[in-house]
Amino acid sequence: MNEITCECGHVNPEGTVLCEACGKPIEGNQHINGNEDKKLLNMRYDGSARRSQTYNRTIVDKIWNFFSSVKVGVWLIVLTLIASAVGTILPQEMYIPPNVDPASHYRDQYGMFGQIYYQLGFHNLFSSWWYMLLIAMIGISIVIASIDRFFPLYKTLKRQKPKRHELFMKKQRVFGVTETEQIDLELYKKNLKKRRFKIYEQDGHILAEKNRFARWGPYVNHIGLIIFLVGSLLRFVPAFYIDDFIWVREGETSMIPGTEGKYYIKNKDFILETYNEDDETDARFKEAIQKQGGPIPKTFQTNAVIYERTDDIIPGKEPELAELKDTQAKMNHPIKFDDFALYQASYQLNEFKEMTFKIHDKGNEDTNYGEFTVDLSDPKNEYTLDSGYRVEINNYFPEYEMQEGAPVSVSKYPKNPAFVFSLYPPDSEEAETSFLGIGANVDASGENDYKIGLVNFDVRDVTGLTVKKDHTLPLIALGGAIFMLGVIQGMYWNHRRIWLQPKENGVWIAGHTNKNWYALRQEINKVISGTHIQEPRDQYEKKE
Amino acid sequence: MKEQTLKKKRKRLVFRTVILAVMAGLVIFALISNAKEEKSVIAKGEQAPNFQLQKFGSDGETMALNDLKGKGVMVNFWATYCGPCKDEMPYMEKLYPEFKEKGVEILAVNLDSTELVVQNFIDQYNLSFPVLQDKNGQVMDLYNVSNLPATLFINSEGEIVEKVIGPLTLSKLEGHLQNIVPEE
Repeated sequence: MNEITCECGHVNPEGTVLCEACGKPIEGNQHINGNEDKKLLNMRYDGSARRSQTYNRTIVDKIWNFFSSVKVGVWLIVLTLIASAVGTILPQEMYIPPNVDPASHYRDQYGMFGQIYYQLGFHNLFSSWWYMLLIAMIGISIVIASIDRFFPLYKTLKRQKPKRHELFMKKQRVFGVTETEQIDLELYKKNLKKRRFKIYEQDGHILAEKNRFARWGPYVNHIGLIIFLVGSLLRFVPAFYIDDFIWVREGETSMIPGTEGKYYIKNKDFILETYNEDDETDARFKEAIQKQGGPIPKTFQTNAVIYERTDDIIPGKEPELAELKDTQAKMNHPIKFDDFALYQASYQLNEFKEMTFKIHDKGNEDTNYGEFTVDLSDPKNEYTLDSGYRVEINNYFPEYEMQEGAPVSVSKYPKNPAFVFSLYPPDSEEAETSFLGIGANVDASGENDYKIGLVNFDVRDVTGLTVKKDHTLPLIALGGAIFMLGVIQGMYWNHRRIWLQPKENGVWIAGHTNKNWYALRQEINKVISGTHIQEPRDQYEKKE
Repeated sequence: MKEQTLKKKRKRLVFRTVILAVMAGLVIFALISNAKEEKSVIAKGEQAPNFQLQKFGSDGETMALNDLKGKGVMVNFWATYCGPCKDEMPYMEKLYPEFKEKGVEILAVNLDSTELVVQNFIDQYNLSFPVLQDKNGQVMDLYNVSNLPATLFINSEGEIVEKVIGPLTLSKLEGHLQNIVPEE
């Protein structure tokens, strides 16, 4: 390491721009901060030796220096911004209809552009590896750039001496020369103390400084940001974060996903209330209700029981359950148990639950030879009626469709149920077969004497609940709080220094602040009032 | 002086290397976790997680995967409302007696919700291998299966040898079954 000894005797590390102790510009290093041929000194990082600018030997150093560069950091942010913006042009994959092939969907819907979009992976941008890599590189850049700047700045400000080099003084933005012998230095110091400056003296040279901690604001802010990023990283760990979804039908008990089979939920009742213009309290919304035309949901909630499984957890095995709590989930009022919360998120109304049929003469609907009720989630093989009639279910299609002339079911949910019935009249072994669905009642042979007709049906609702577990929130909140502290620290306080140098016939005075130069000059005016020191000039403004 | 400089240099290198390594570790962790989430079915080479399900056509008799240790097991996820699933049932039925002799069990995990429908189907197709009832889709979730049909071939050590998403032909089915026949 080629250390540089300044004429004031201080030994500076390699790469120093301004001597740590006296501020003298170090020859041969002025290009680092672009100080050549300039009237004023660039005071960034107080001219400290940023190591990244100096060492470039091993591969580790090269990677380090790459991330240390603010220019690189800004580019990473710009690239991420552009990518994020492009990612919002077309819908992301999670928002396109399910059950379509994304490759053809993007091509068919958006043409050539859509295809390119898909092939470049923009359809899944925010979880794509290269987007995550960009974010990660911003994170790394923040850490390294901060390390590389905080420590040299901290050391330099710690090592600064009140006695400054003449060149340093002259090249400050706020600088003034006073030529008189009547200067009241005691009053000057008193004024400084009154304004809460810290005063350091060396051979009659006076350094007044306040609010140095404001310089640490950006670094505190970055620490917060890193904690925030780590918090969001932990969302990949199931022990910290679970976000799942479950549909539960009224009367059914289901395993809650994400709990590893430990918890079950029973949907006792789902309640939906809509706005009613005849209702007294809702009358004020009359216009809006009429404009909408259809019913508007007011509130929906699930009355549920949460169970804990008490036997060994083997997936699929009939569980032994113990009731944990009997409660309800409403919008913004989740069911909470253990580490989990169940949020009321969605619903499906009026799924068929039971259907009641009656047997009558084919030609006369008013006759009635008995009724039977079929539970659509568990139909029986046969139903024997009190009147002696017997009905067998030959086939059941929960959601039927005709495919190639034959009925098939496309799902297991009774959304459009259809049956093939065999009807045995009393004392008869001969069956009459018919096909019965909604809007379809087909006599198989065409010679049936009886007909089965739908007389009633019962429906039930399905509730959709979001399952959440989130232990990352405290960490993310902490990161956010530290971030804000850093912002406040850097924004509301300014680091101000005023140097005073005794001369044979008067004094030199120079000032520096990291922001808000006008306020610095105001403060200097207050400090020098009555001391016969002349107001320094802002050399930057003068140049304009 | 010289020695001190060298020491400082080494310290700097170690510090930078450690910081970079820690951050690279975090990034790799994030990328791998992210890639894992997109995986649809449990990967080849992993141990098949245990499950226990009720058998159709029996009075509450259950079967557990762990009870079949030492045998090759084919687990087929299917439903009556899934067309391609129905197509491969006859193939499975055809090969079942031969491979049962060789120590391979076929478990057809069904995802329908009504027993009547499945029982009708079993009778219609004359299925002799065990059909298990996964009414709530718990085992399907366990195996991260999202599309039917899906078939897993598990060897006698309980390791997943092959996973097939989508329908199987007779010859492919036979080949995969051959792969999981336990060695004598």
